[in-house]
Amino acid sequence: MTPRDVEVAGLRVHLNERGEGAPMVVLHHSTGPLWTPFHDALAEQYAVTAIDLPGFAQSERPEDARSPRDLGILTLQAIDALELDEFHLVGLGFGGWVAAEIATMAGRRLSALTLVGAAGVKPREGAGFIHDPVTAGFVEYVRLGFHDGEAFDAFFGAEPSKDMIDLWDYSREMTARVTWKPWMWSLVLPTLLRGVTVPAQVIWGAEDAVVPLDCGEQYAEILPNGHLEVIDGAGHLVELERPEAVARLVTGFAPVAS
Amino acid sequence: MFVGYFTERPYQDPGAEWYDRYTAMQDLALSNGVIDPVKQADLYHRYFDEKQYIEKMGFDGVMLNSHHSTPFCMGGGPMNVEAGILSRITEKLKIILLGNVLPIWEDPLWLVEELGMIDVLSRGRLVSGFVRGTGRESIAHNSQSPYNWERFQEAHDFIIKAWTDPGPFRWEGKHYQYRYVNPWVRPYSQPHPQVWIPGIMSKSTIDWACAHRYPYVMLDSQLELTAQTFDYYRSQAKENGYEAGPQHLGYMFKIHVDETEEKAYETGRKLIEGAGNLFLDGSNGEANPWAQNLPGLNQRKQSNYLPTSQFLHVKRSRGVNLEGEELDFTEAPAPTPEEREFRRKQIFDGLLDRYAVIVGTPETVAKKVRHVLETLRPGNIIFWHGDGDFSHEDTMRGIRLMGEELLPQIRDMAKELDLPGAFEVDPATNQRVGEATPMPVG
Repeated sequence: MTPRDVEVAGLRVHLNERGEGAPMVVLHHSTGPLWTPFHDALAEQYAVTAIDLPGFAQSERPEDARSPRDLGILTLQAIDALELDEFHLVGLGFGGWVAAEIATMAGRRLSALTLVGAAGVKPREGAGFIHDPVTAGFVEYVRLGFHDGEAFDAFFGAEPSKDMIDLWDYSREMTARVTWKPWMWSLVLPTLLRGVTVPAQVIWGAEDAVVPLDCGEQYAEILPNGHLEVIDGAGHLVELERPEAVARLVTGFAPVAS
Repeated sequence: MFVGYFTERPYQDPGAEWYDRYTAMQDLALSNGVIDPVKQADLYHRYFDEKQYIEKMGFDGVMLNSHHSTPFCMGGGPMNVEAGILSRITEKLKIILLGNVLPIWEDPLWLVEELGMIDVLSRGRLVSGFVRGTGRESIAHNSQSPYNWERFQEAHDFIIKAWTDPGPFRWEGKHYQYRYVNPWVRPYSQPHPQVWIPGIMSKSTIDWACAHRYPYVMLDSQLELTAQTFDYYRSQAKENGYEAGPQHLGYMFKIHVDETEEKAYETGRKLIEGAGNLFLDGSNGEANPWAQNLPGLNQRKQSNYLPTSQFLHVKRSRGVNLEGEELDFTEAPAPTPEEREFRRKQIFDGLLDRYAVIVGTPETVAKKVRHVLETLRPGNIIFWHGDGDFSHEDTMRGIRLMGEELLPQIRDMAKELDLPGAFEVDPATNQRVGEATPMPVG
C-alpha cells in the first residue's frame, strides 16, 4: 500500500491507499491501525483508504478532542481533503463507532456503511457490558478479541513485538482521551442513527467477547436500511480471524463501481 | 523539627484466609464482601484512640492518607471525615492530609468547603496535601486518567483561589466550571492552610511543588536515592529563585520502638505484614501493574522519573517501564512455608539495612534516626507506625516509648543540626514563624 499524509485543521492525518475502483474508507480498532490481509482482500476490488484516526499512530493528536464524534468530524475533513465525494465507509470496532458518527453527519455521501463489531451503543439489559481493558495488559486484551488463541499467535506471534505493544499502548491512551465515562458507548448515537438511511451492513463475530452481539443486533434494528451478518466461530477481531469471509460480505454488499 | 505520626488505618482481620502473612494479596482482586462492619467499627475507634494518644505523647501532627477500595487504607473516601473528627477530638495536633486526590473530584468546591471547615474547626491546624492518586483511585472514582495531571493542577488553582479571593466569582476552566463560587467558609489559616505534596516517582510533581514553594514529602525509600531527590528539589528551588531549607523537605519512614531489640524486631516486622501498602517495597502483596499504569496517567519519558523511582517495587506498582523493557509478571511457583518465611524475613532485613524501616530500643533507634536526619536534612519527619499487622497494644507501647524516650532526643538533635520544620520557618517566605508580616485579612 502507499502511505500518504493530508493536513486537516492544522493536523497531519496519515493514511494508506491501495487498489483501484470505487472509493472505500476503512477505520481501525481502538488498538490502532494495521494493514491486514482483510485490507488486501478489499483492495482487490476497491480503492481502499485506511486512515489513522486523528491521534492514533502517525496521525497527530487533536489535544482537545473529547469524543469519537470529534474524531469523526476530523476524519470527514480528511476525506474531504482526499476529494472523495461518495465512498463505502467501513468501521472496525471503535472505528465502527467513529464510522457511525460520520454516517449521522454525512449520510448522503456514503454509498454504503459497514460496521464490524462496532462499539458506540450500550448493550441492553442482560447482554453484559462492552469489555473494559484498562486493568489488564495489552496482549491480554487483543487476545480476547480472538475466538481462537492460535489465530492470535499466527497473526501477532506468541509474543508480539515491542513495536506492536507500543502501538497498543499509545492507542489505548488516545482511546481513553475520547471515551471513558461511559466506556465505549454514546447515549445519543441510537437516536441520531435512526435518521441514517444509507444501506448498512452490520457484521459480527458470533463469539465476540469485547462488544456483545446484542450491540450488533441493535445497530441492525436502529439503522432503517441495516441488516446483520453473524460469522460463526469468530471473535471481536472477526476480520483478522476470517478476513476473506468478512471481505466477501463487504465487497458483495455494494456494487463495485466501474 | 516537625514530627508527625502516620498509619494507613488498615482493615485487619487476623485469621481470615486473605489476611495471612504468606498470602500475597492481589490489588483489586479482593471483594469487600469480606468486610465485617463490627470489626471495622472497632478498628475505626481504635485508630482514633491511638491518635489522641499520640497527641498526649508529644507528636506535632497526625497524617492521614486516602487510598480507595482497598483493605490497606480505611481512609479512602472518609479521610476528610476523619479529619473533621480529629479537629474536634484533638487540640494541638496538626492534621496533615496527604492527601486529597484532586483529579478524582468532579466538584472540587466540596473540597474547598470541607477542608475549609476542618481548618476553621481545628483553629488552623490543617495541612492540606494534594495528590494525583495511584491508578486505583482513578479506577475507583472513574476519573479519566489521561487528564489526571491537568485536573490536578486546575482543581488546585481553583481551591486556592476559592480560599484566598473573596467571592463570588465565576470559574470557566478546562475541566471545571462554576457559575457562582462563594463558599460560606474561609480558612482559619491565612492566607490558606499549608499545602504539602508527597511523592516518590515523578519530577514534574517536584517541579510543580517547587514552583509553589510547597514542602515535598518523600515516602520511605533508599536514603541515598532520597538524598538525590532532595538535591533535585533544592536545585529546582534555586531555579524558582529561593533557597530550599529543611522546612521544605519531609521524610516519612516506618519505625518501631520497643523494650528490647528482639521485641522491636519481631513487632516491627508486622509493619510489612497483614494488609500492608501494596505500592511499597516489602509489602505483602502485588499492585496491579496495569491499574497503576492507566492510559496517559504516567509520563512516558524516562527523564521525568526521580532517582527513587528506580526501586523495582515502585516501578512494578506503577507498571512503568523505565528501561524500555517489558516487565515480566510471570508467577513464580508457590514457595514452601519455610521459603516464604525466609523470604519475608529477608525482605524485612533489607528494609532495615537501608533505613526504610528503623526498629530497636529508644537508644539504638535514636542513633539511626540521627543518621537519617544527617543524611537528608529534613525539617519534617513522619513516623509510619501502628500499621500492617500491629495490634493496639503494640501500637500504644511503641507510641509511649517514642513519646517518652525518643522524641526528646530528636528535638535536641534537630536543634543541634538546625532542622526547622514547616511551622518554625514558613516555606512560603523562609521567614521564622512569628517574624513574618501578618497577611491582611479580607
